[in-house]
Amino acid sequence: MSQPDETHHFRRLVVIWAVLAVVCDVVFYFAVGPHVPPGAMSTSASGQQTDFIVLFMIALPVMLAVWVYMAYALIVWRGSRSGEEEPEGGPKARGHFGIQVGWIATTTVIVLGVFVYGTVELVVPAGAGGGEGQSPIWTPASHDVLSIQVIGQQWEFTYRYPAFGGFETRQLMIPVDTPVAFHVTSLDVIHSFWAYQLGVKADANPSSDNVAYTTANQLGAFTVRCSELCGLWHGAMYDFGRVLTKAQFFAWAQSTERQNAANTKLLPPFSYTYVPDANGADGGYYPDNVDPYSKVQQYGATSPSK
Amino acid sequence: MRRGGRLAILGVLLGVAVGLVVFTVMAFLRSSPPTVDFTTGHMAGAPVDLRVQTVGSIGFGPHPTWVSYMTETPGGQWVHTTLWDLPAHTRINVTLDQYDSGSPLRNQQLGQIIGTAGTVATYNGKPESVINSNDTNGVGHTFTIPTLGISVPLVGISANAKNPCSVAPCSTSYDHNVIKFSFVTPGPGQYPWQCFVPCGLAYLYGNGGPMQTVGYMDGFLKVVA
Amino acid sequence: MALDMRAGIRSEHSGDAAPPGASVRRRRFGLFGPHLGRALVGAVGGYAFGHWVGNLIASGYINVQGNGQNDVATVLGLSIGVVGWLAGAGMLNYPLAKIVGREPLPPAMSKSWTRYFGPALDHKVIGLQYTIVVLLFLFTGGLLAMAIRTELLTPTSHIFGPGTYISVVSEHGTIMMMMASSIIIGPLGNWLVPLMIGSRRMAFPRVEAFSLWMFAAGYLVILTALPLGGFPTGWTGYAPLQTQASAGMDSYLVGFAVIGIGMICAGFNLLATIINYRAPGMTWSRIPIFVWSILATAALLTLATPTLVAAGLFGVLDRTAQTALYVNEHGGSSFLWENLFWFFGHPEVYIMALPGFGIVAEILPVFTRKPPFGYRIAAAGMIGVALLSFFVWQHHLFQSGINPDMRPLFMLTTELISIPTGFIFLVGMGTLWKSKIRYEVPMLFALGMFFNFLIGGISGVFLSDVPVDVTVHGSFFVLAHFHYTIMGGLVFAFFGGLYYWLPKMTGRTLNKRLGKWHFWTMFIFFNLTFFPLFLVGLLGQPRRVFEYAQNLQVLNDFASVSAFLLGSSFVIFVANFVWSIFIDPKPAPANPWNSLGLEWQTANPVPSYNFARIPVVLADPYHYGRGDSQAVADLGPKTLALAGAVRADAPAAVGEHGVTGEEGSADPRPPIA
Repeated sequence: MSQPDETHHFRRLVVIWAVLAVVCDVVFYFAVGPHVPPGAMSTSASGQQTDFIVLFMIALPVMLAVWVYMAYALIVWRGSRSGEEEPEGGPKARGHFGIQVGWIATTTVIVLGVFVYGTVELVVPAGAGGGEGQSPIWTPASHDVLSIQVIGQQWEFTYRYPAFGGFETRQLMIPVDTPVAFHVTSLDVIHSFWAYQLGVKADANPSSDNVAYTTANQLGAFTVRCSELCGLWHGAMYDFGRVLTKAQFFAWAQSTERQNAANTKLLPPFSYTYVPDANGADGGYYPDNVDPYSKVQQYGATSPSK
Repeated sequence: MRRGGRLAILGVLLGVAVGLVVFTVMAFLRSSPPTVDFTTGHMAGAPVDLRVQTVGSIGFGPHPTWVSYMTETPGGQWVHTTLWDLPAHTRINVTLDQYDSGSPLRNQQLGQIIGTAGTVATYNGKPESVINSNDTNGVGHTFTIPTLGISVPLVGISANAKNPCSVAPCSTSYDHNVIKFSFVTPGPGQYPWQCFVPCGLAYLYGNGGPMQTVGYMDGFLKVVA
Repeated sequence: MALDMRAGIRSEHSGDAAPPGASVRRRRFGLFGPHLGRALVGAVGGYAFGHWVGNLIASGYINVQGNGQNDVATVLGLSIGVVGWLAGAGMLNYPLAKIVGREPLPPAMSKSWTRYFGPALDHKVIGLQYTIVVLLFLFTGGLLAMAIRTELLTPTSHIFGPGTYISVVSEHGTIMMMMASSIIIGPLGNWLVPLMIGSRRMAFPRVEAFSLWMFAAGYLVILTALPLGGFPTGWTGYAPLQTQASAGMDSYLVGFAVIGIGMICAGFNLLATIINYRAPGMTWSRIPIFVWSILATAALLTLATPTLVAAGLFGVLDRTAQTALYVNEHGGSSFLWENLFWFFGHPEVYIMALPGFGIVAEILPVFTRKPPFGYRIAAAGMIGVALLSFFVWQHHLFQSGINPDMRPLFMLTTELISIPTGFIFLVGMGTLWKSKIRYEVPMLFALGMFFNFLIGGISGVFLSDVPVDVTVHGSFFVLAHFHYTIMGGLVFAFFGGLYYWLPKMTGRTLNKRLGKWHFWTMFIFFNLTFFPLFLVGLLGQPRRVFEYAQNLQVLNDFASVSAFLLGSSFVIFVANFVWSIFIDPKPAPANPWNSLGLEWQTANPVPSYNFARIPVVLADPYHYGRGDSQAVADLGPKTLALAGAVRADAPAAVGEHGVTGEEGSADPRPPIA
């Protein structure tokens, strides 16, 4: 109708929204913030936690704006049962240049801001724990990085420690306050290594190396789950790792190296990628006389299939 | 058509639909190999003897060319299943007759015996703690329970064996390896187990077919209180 | 004398006049004519024949003898089964006749209900056929979802075996995605677009019928996956697990190829229709927003789907001919399928989202009695989303080991696409400003769509942020996100559109009270089911698992029980639909919602030729509101809709030559051939 009426609605909406947005954001930050997954057990996990909190504190006012407006509109502007009166139509109802431009500008600024922040959170904690492929560009500042190879196979993860003679074990132990590089690869189909509390996720592809970095800064246990559907026992493909003190870690690594020495001699030499036999132990999928494409480090059936 | 007629047709269609759904659930979704029960009549504290065999091809059923495990019931019958009911906190003595030939392991890490009593298994009477799968006979299958940290590689028979068994259930007169080991069941729960040798013949990476079918190379330990 | 705008449409009478010297051909009627029964016979016969040929070719192959699984036979059986299905439905009559050089016989124009079981050239019949098939897809997928939630009630005791469980999950996902790609284009796009643009027909009626029969064939093909052993890859079908899988995987590959071809055909048919068949005066700034959304969707259908068909073909080759396109060790790449699939997969999800936007943009003006706010920005938003959707697909692959500098780039493009996606909210909010809202059932669904899509869309922004994605990728957070956008957005919009347009499509009204019950139960239980799943994902449960951490059982149980209740809300809809349309129909008024849309200005029931005279369009259909009265179109003398407010009891349209289209009268005009 007239100008004051519209400003009146608008002002009410802004006030309700502002109050709700501030209250909800503050409650979220203090009550929920410290508990936001994946927690703060490592640098990548804390980075992700902070990122999530920031994103949520931006998203919450945006959602509240829409919800407050719609709730207000649905209550205040509901039509009467008889439905005889008509609202104002005409060209004014069809668009308003200022509002449209304002909306586009605001959403663009928010989106670009979120993008810049997300990139910073990605780059600074050495890739935020995500798999960076075989040529990672965001690496930890320190050069004392412990490499652990994660081998995914149907349906278990095993871990090789090149720094300790290349022994292979089912247990994942990492030292605290040490940058760790997970070199994730697979011996058959695509798996995904997800160390939940460490905030690390990297897909395991056959014959390729996917590197993810993190530095644990709390002791304790963490869950490792496969997060890419890989067949029958995908749901059972999980285990638990531990973050140990440096002394405990060295003790564990050296004693395991000793215990597994007999088997480690039989393992193929350590390599960042392996070429598993696509035929499998019984052979038959590809003709036997077809050589694998790459001669790099054959892992497994070296004798021709029967 | 009158309303009553339409209702009748609707009722018939509804009945057909419900019938189809029930049939699908019962016939496809809920079908499963039988579970061998080792808990009835079990005295608390006594060990359970579990006898299984692995064969190169099962010879019967919908997939006669597939490799498979078979289980002997307490009554002495061989059943084509990999599902067992076992009592909790009990020592299980496993005797495994391995009738299949072997190959090098894709991951030699599985050549280590872990999680068993004494961390050993006996192969034809000789206790071992590491099996070199690049040896002449290689490893045919493994018996692995990942969540319990138990794994035993099962050595294959020679590729030039004179008397291999080709149709299950195999009797001990055929060429085979006898592998024995023991482990203790934990508290109640369902624990998946599998073979880790990619022995699915003619599947990519060897892990299709029997390697992904419960009743052949995968199963459950159902531990009951 | 008015222009006879039926140029190009041959009537049945002229077709019967045989050219001199030709032998008279008898059309097949009744049981031997083309219809669903004959299609089923053709499908079974074709499958048997193809399977036999496959056995002939491949049963001697070493690997077939080794694993006992003949994928060549399965693929050929399914493919030739589809050809047999199409032949039985009469889809091959026209091309074969033309190849042989004869005059093809048009299908019989029956007026009885049996015409819905055979091939049709009338886009309205095809739209209703699509509706039934879409509902079949929806309920089958829904039953599978109930099975999934039953299994997830406890983390440790299992109702299905693990292999069966992933087959059920995969089947549910694939059926729902196949349905969702055509859920609005098929039923509502086909039915409404010609009427909305003032046309008598679509550009390619036979192609349209073909796309319907392909859609139905896809349903049958994907159902064969269950008896063939299921498939273990989820709807995303990642290689090399795909190559390793049992025979059910062939159903997936052939099924998606079939659905894909149907989608491509539907897409270019709609594009050609919208571009070329607009009535005089129907300029680009007067077409309804729904038509803009269909235009953007049709462009995506036509351009993105061929990638899926190609990727599926490679998968079939890998499984049957032992090529190594997806196998790393023999020169292929496990990354290839991921990239091809998601290059299709991302535009695919916008194929699903855009028609939903179009529907709510149509519904809102009618029930707020105001024109839509920002018509141009709505259209621009849809075109923008369609264009940008080709540049974001790597966000599904952030952790896959892609080149790391790609990640900020795709984070940028994915976040940018949220800007045009947000325009629909501006349109909705602006339309509600100082309006007079009427809470009819379609409006409730449209409002529900806004609520759900907001949550779905914002959760998408979280997923596009690479650090957060490290934790939530592949978890139930992603699952909750896409259920909120696809089910909460698209399916709600679909039901809104159905309740809104069914009175026009069938001439029968749905019961209002049952409709409101349906909406409220569906809305409440939908949110109760999927909101906890965000938390479940954040707390570490991956997708597609049959076992999960013990501490997540409470949340999973809450979601499962709500899911069962959500499933029962669909029973209300089915009861309403079946009762009101088939068992005890009550005739609907010509324009129960008092809408200004051109599709509402037709006679009731809509005759097969749509308009007695091609209308001359004078304005867009949004002149609601006080002080803004404008006729939508001139449909000829003594017709409806020459005023801003249309009264439901206005007389039916009367065209030239004294032919009437009054309610209930038989239509004496020759039908479209």
